[in-house]
Amino acid sequence: MTFRKYLVLAGVTLFAAIGDSFLARGMKQVGNVSLQRLPDIILTILNPWVALGILFLLGFFAAYMTALSWADLTYVLPATSLGYVLLALIAKFLLHEQVTTARWLGIGLISAGVGFVTQGPALSPGPPDRDDAPCVPKPVASRIKP
Amino acid sequence: MKNAHTWGAILAVVLASTTGDVLLSRAMKRVGDVGELWRRAGLVTVAGRILRNPSFLLGIFMMAVAFYSLLFALSWADVSLVAPASASLTFVANAIAARIFLHERVDHRRWMAALLVAGGVALLAA
Repeated sequence: MTFRKYLVLAGVTLFAAIGDSFLARGMKQVGNVSLQRLPDIILTILNPWVALGILFLLGFFAAYMTALSWADLTYVLPATSLGYVLLALIAKFLLHEQVTTARWLGIGLISAGVGFVTQGPALSPGPPDRDDAPCVPKPVASRIKP
Repeated sequence: MKNAHTWGAILAVVLASTTGDVLLSRAMKRVGDVGELWRRAGLVTVAGRILRNPSFLLGIFMMAVAFYSLLFALSWADVSLVAPASASLTFVANAIAARIFLHERVDHRRWMAALLVAGGVALLAA
């Protein structure tokens, strides 16, 4: 793990939390979306907060894809879950939602989970299965394993 | 009734995004280290290799399903419940799916992290 890779993980964390908050703010302005008027949900992207949220979530997605190209899914997800702490702070101070003691405790447990997983290796050892790996012909059966 | 709607939407988010995450992770492992590939072959090669991957495209579709389910849930309940609950349950489902479908080594440390996050989710929903 290099400094640049930790920066990518930080990007995943920040962009996701900020994007979700903007979406929440926008959807509260839009109001309840009814199943009977499904096309309305497409129009929700016209709300500037929803649009800004989507922009941040695109940034999150680019960082997330980059992280997944060199780390396990079961490493990237918990390593970036500090975003929930950030999300709770944003929800409390900017969106003025109620964050109870129980929720704070839950956030604490999630943070502890982050601590656990980041102590370990980022990538499972195993044979490289990549497009740019040396081209060794493989039996077809081994490539279509579920 | 409103509660059932919220949790139904959260469940849809969890199932769709777990499927999406597994597909995207599989696609990116095939593409290889993006930073390294970018320096060596340029952005166009990186983008082309990612966009031509069927797992990636299917993964994106599942993420879109998850995203709209999330929008539904957010219009019914607080973001500090919906976002952590769906994402953290997704994380537990992902630990199981990554072990089965991606053959990742989910050791004690990673299971411990899964349990802590699951506990955290239960408290968030309380």
